[in-house]
Amino acid sequence: MDITLPLLILAIPLFMFLLLGLLGMKMSHKLAGTLGCLGMGTVLVLSYYTAFVYYFSGAPEFINAAGERLQYIVFDQSWLTLYKPLEIRLGFLLDPISAMMLIVIPTISFMVHLYSMGYMRDHHGVYEHGFQRFYAFLSLFSFSMLGLVVATNIFQMYIFWELVGASSYLLIGFYYTRPSAVSASKKAFIVTRFADLGFLIGILILSFYTKTFNFIEFTSVPVEGLANVSQVDLGTAEGIRNIFNTSAAPLFMGGSVLTWALVLIFMGGMGKSAMLPLHIWLPDAMEGPTPVSALIHAATMVVAGVYLVARLFPLYLMETTSLEIITVVGAITALYAAMVACTQIDIKRVLAFSTISQIAFMMVSLGVARPEFHEGLGYMASMFHLFTHAMFKALLFLGAGALIHAIGSNDYTAMHGLRKHMPITHWTFLIGCLAIAGIIPFSGFFSKDEILSSCLGYNWVAYVWMSFVAFLTAFYMFRLYYLIFWWKEHKTPEGHHAPHDQPWTMSFPLVFLAAVSCVAGFIPFGNFVSWNGHPYDFMAHFDWNVATVSLIVAVLGIGLATAMYRKENSLPEKFRQAVPALWTWCYHRFYWDELYQFITHKIIFGSICRPLAWFDRHIIDGTMDSFATVTNKASEAIKPLQSGQIQMYVWYYLIGALALGTITVICLI
Amino acid sequence: MDYSQFLAMKQEIALLVVFLLVFLYDTFMPKSTQKALPGVATVLMLVATAAGFCCQCFGSSCATTAFAGMYETSAVIAAIKGILNVGVVIVLLQSISWANGEQMLMRRGEFYELLLVTLFGMYLMISARHFLLFIIGLESASLPLAAMVALDKNRYESHEAAVKYMLTAVFSSAIFMMGLSFVYGLTGSLYFEKIYFALTGQMSIMLVMALAFVIAGVGFKLSLVPFHLWTADVYQGAPTSVTSYLSVISKGAAAFAFLVILCQVFGSLYSQVWEWMLYALIILTITVGNLFAIRQRNMKRFLAFSSISQAGYIMLGVIAFNAMGMAAMMYYILVYIFSNLAAFGVIGAIEHATGKVSMDDYNGLYRTNPRLSVAMMLAMFSLAGIPPFAGFFSKFFIFTGAINQGSVAIYVLVLIALINTIVSLYYYLLVVKAMFISDEECQIPSFRSTCSERLGLWITVAGILALGIVSFFYSSLLELSEVSSMNMYFIG
Repeated sequence: MDITLPLLILAIPLFMFLLLGLLGMKMSHKLAGTLGCLGMGTVLVLSYYTAFVYYFSGAPEFINAAGERLQYIVFDQSWLTLYKPLEIRLGFLLDPISAMMLIVIPTISFMVHLYSMGYMRDHHGVYEHGFQRFYAFLSLFSFSMLGLVVATNIFQMYIFWELVGASSYLLIGFYYTRPSAVSASKKAFIVTRFADLGFLIGILILSFYTKTFNFIEFTSVPVEGLANVSQVDLGTAEGIRNIFNTSAAPLFMGGSVLTWALVLIFMGGMGKSAMLPLHIWLPDAMEGPTPVSALIHAATMVVAGVYLVARLFPLYLMETTSLEIITVVGAITALYAAMVACTQIDIKRVLAFSTISQIAFMMVSLGVARPEFHEGLGYMASMFHLFTHAMFKALLFLGAGALIHAIGSNDYTAMHGLRKHMPITHWTFLIGCLAIAGIIPFSGFFSKDEILSSCLGYNWVAYVWMSFVAFLTAFYMFRLYYLIFWWKEHKTPEGHHAPHDQPWTMSFPLVFLAAVSCVAGFIPFGNFVSWNGHPYDFMAHFDWNVATVSLIVAVLGIGLATAMYRKENSLPEKFRQAVPALWTWCYHRFYWDELYQFITHKIIFGSICRPLAWFDRHIIDGTMDSFATVTNKASEAIKPLQSGQIQMYVWYYLIGALALGTITVICLI
Repeated sequence: MDYSQFLAMKQEIALLVVFLLVFLYDTFMPKSTQKALPGVATVLMLVATAAGFCCQCFGSSCATTAFAGMYETSAVIAAIKGILNVGVVIVLLQSISWANGEQMLMRRGEFYELLLVTLFGMYLMISARHFLLFIIGLESASLPLAAMVALDKNRYESHEAAVKYMLTAVFSSAIFMMGLSFVYGLTGSLYFEKIYFALTGQMSIMLVMALAFVIAGVGFKLSLVPFHLWTADVYQGAPTSVTSYLSVISKGAAAFAFLVILCQVFGSLYSQVWEWMLYALIILTITVGNLFAIRQRNMKRFLAFSSISQAGYIMLGVIAFNAMGMAAMMYYILVYIFSNLAAFGVIGAIEHATGKVSMDDYNGLYRTNPRLSVAMMLAMFSLAGIPPFAGFFSKFFIFTGAINQGSVAIYVLVLIALINTIVSLYYYLLVVKAMFISDEECQIPSFRSTCSERLGLWITVAGILALGIVSFFYSSLLELSEVSSMNMYFIG
């Protein structure tokens, strides 16, 4: 494959970032926005084409005679040699999941670019302050995210991983005059950075033992894929497996080195994907503009953790302990987030917790995937859910954005009864809700059903647990839906317009994503993505019982929501009084934030940081100050050397030469 | 005689042609066209540089010797000459407006002719495989420089500097040749290779003294402490263009020649003798250079001491005694050329426009001349080794190269060098602080530098930004060094 297109996919967003970042202030708002959209549109076309070629061209470098999809390295440039053979490369890897992400990211990103043209201005059509900066950051984010998914090695992934985090930080804090936005951006950055520390240590452990960063050398799973890469020989890849399999590597606290490396790497994923207990940043990240929440904190960046685990999945399979850890973390997070989502009143927070819960679904699905059950159905299901979730969750967020834009508040008690005023938003939002609840034929049904099937294959506890979460999902989404669009509407205060639908730039993304959410479930996803590249016959593994049960569960959830929230009634209040403790805990998100506050402020700041600060101020600064004083004194002391007299210069020269020789001679004897 | 041997000297011949053309232009062209001479010289040099790189790309990379083994060239030697050429082109570019100034009216040609002659001498130093040829190179790279330092005829400091340079150069040559005569006495040959084999396994007091004298002789050109005392006075006194030439090109060539002599002639004495000599010299050079740099208020004097301590870092690539150290050293020289020339470009432009060279005059420069300040800031950051600028990578690689040598002593040396980078950060940032943070009214009015100065600054700034990030430069140097490491007698 020609390298121009892949290079352009990365280069255009980067160029757009530089252009809009450096010259944006000199452009009109409209021009900057149009340029951003055009750039992203081009990327969209190019990456669709690339993915199309990868999946459908049938070229021997992409698919072998047995019909297995291969990993193909488009280019891989050595960037920094640490020591032979360990070097950092920058490259472009095409394989089933990166090609899939090449569809997801530009699609959502382009929709968000387009949507923001309408969203980032007020009702009089005046653009927001910093509009160009917003587009520059969006381009930076798109560049980083694309670089992350096509990384050929874990270090490149780490570089882009941090870039994604940085652009997320910039976008959450976009309204930097609001203290809440500033503290939310800091929180997101610090929490994810903390998690990335684990990621980095994991990378270092892994590369220390394997002497490589390259995914293809770690995982070597579609073995035929390696044949395309001249610099990799199979011997090395096998050797790497053996390092761990023969457990030549030492044990540490009961876990093998590989387990530790994988768990630490997963910690990075937990941070980005907001798994418990590192989830606290995501709800606050909703302080950013809503299109950003749709792009970064719902559809793309937060699934980076899932992508990371999927990318290293063959490695995780070697050490199933780590997969079990993933399953447990995912299952607890899924339930926790779903319970919290049932009680929140801020529309974006509900969606945020719903995102956490859905990502946990994907994590669980990866955690329970085993080749021996349904040929690794969980892996495929996880990626499928990633795909469908990206579409319907972006749709829901963009819909929420339209509502917030129209009402001017995040609080849905201020909304009520909007279905007549905003029909497009209403219908698309309803489609999103049906998709996430898992109603046939919307896309969420198919992907969630497969996740539940793979849970059943793992054990029944996981299955029942996740089915209950699915029930809660349907419940809280329809609670949200009824509270926004039904109920009796508020009186419009005088002087205000009645809420109404938005300009086409905002409607088009909604309609498009709704359409995708309707049909995406029928994509024969297994043909494109599976853990080992084998085409995967979905229907052969389809479990009618599971499908029926999951449908019933979803309908039950919706039914309960309808009963409680269809019209204003006393049921919710009664429910709240029946389980007051549970309700309060959920409402306060199980006091995680308070717990962190307590740990950081009381314990860490008080008993660790204060002594450290003293040590820093007195011992370290003292040392440095005396270092500086000594340097200064020495500098003063040797001043006479530079006398300006040539006789002295020559004299010192001679003494120097003689001393050099004499001292060496004395030392040698 | 086989005349095809001359083909090995492609780069020397190209340089000679440039020299002759400049000389003829200077002598025979009418007065009215003389103003174009600096431009002509720059363009000719650029062509020679480009031709050299073309030869490099399409030529063979194996080593060739000529003239009964007195002269050697190889891909890596061609590469270091190419690097020097690039530096010379930038120096020439930056000197155009100075050379066209009032006081240079009659002596414009001399600058270019003398400069090209010294460059020729440096080429010979690098390529010589016989000490006779080496000395010819060394002398022709030293003596004309004294005349160049004195070019600013109306300034007293310029004369003083020239005399100091001349006397020190003569003295160091004497010491150097004394060392050589010892070597000749011990081995009976002046061929590098023959000396190497004759010295293998030998050890005597005379040999150690000989080595000390040789190191002292070349140490003068590199301005290693304690052979450095001329540096500050000469850098301050010489015209800025000459100073920048002295500080980067002369130093870069000498560093490479030093590496060749130490490895190819005295390689067998590495672990016993010269590793420790160099060890002491590096610590002294970096530390003393830094300590003096802290106190300087004159920008040229300040950069003189900064360049002394930079020479200590360059020597880390020699003490590494391996292919990676060699590559890192060449890369360091390349990056140093760009960073230092950026700094000198700014200083030269300001001196040319206002005649001011004191650091105090730079207070608040950002408000009057923001672009020059940014260029200066980048140069300082790169010299101090702040990522992501090229200087960070060159320091990183040179430290890595040294550490790859493996002994604990070298780890300690690298640690000392690292501590010194902190000290150097202090004085480099002093300049940045003066330009950006100081509240004082700026003494330098806003002005527009000339076209050639600006072009030179753009090139150097581009280099500072790109050389580190683009992996091509370092990796190709590493490749070349690994190919040629066979005849450098590296250990391991």
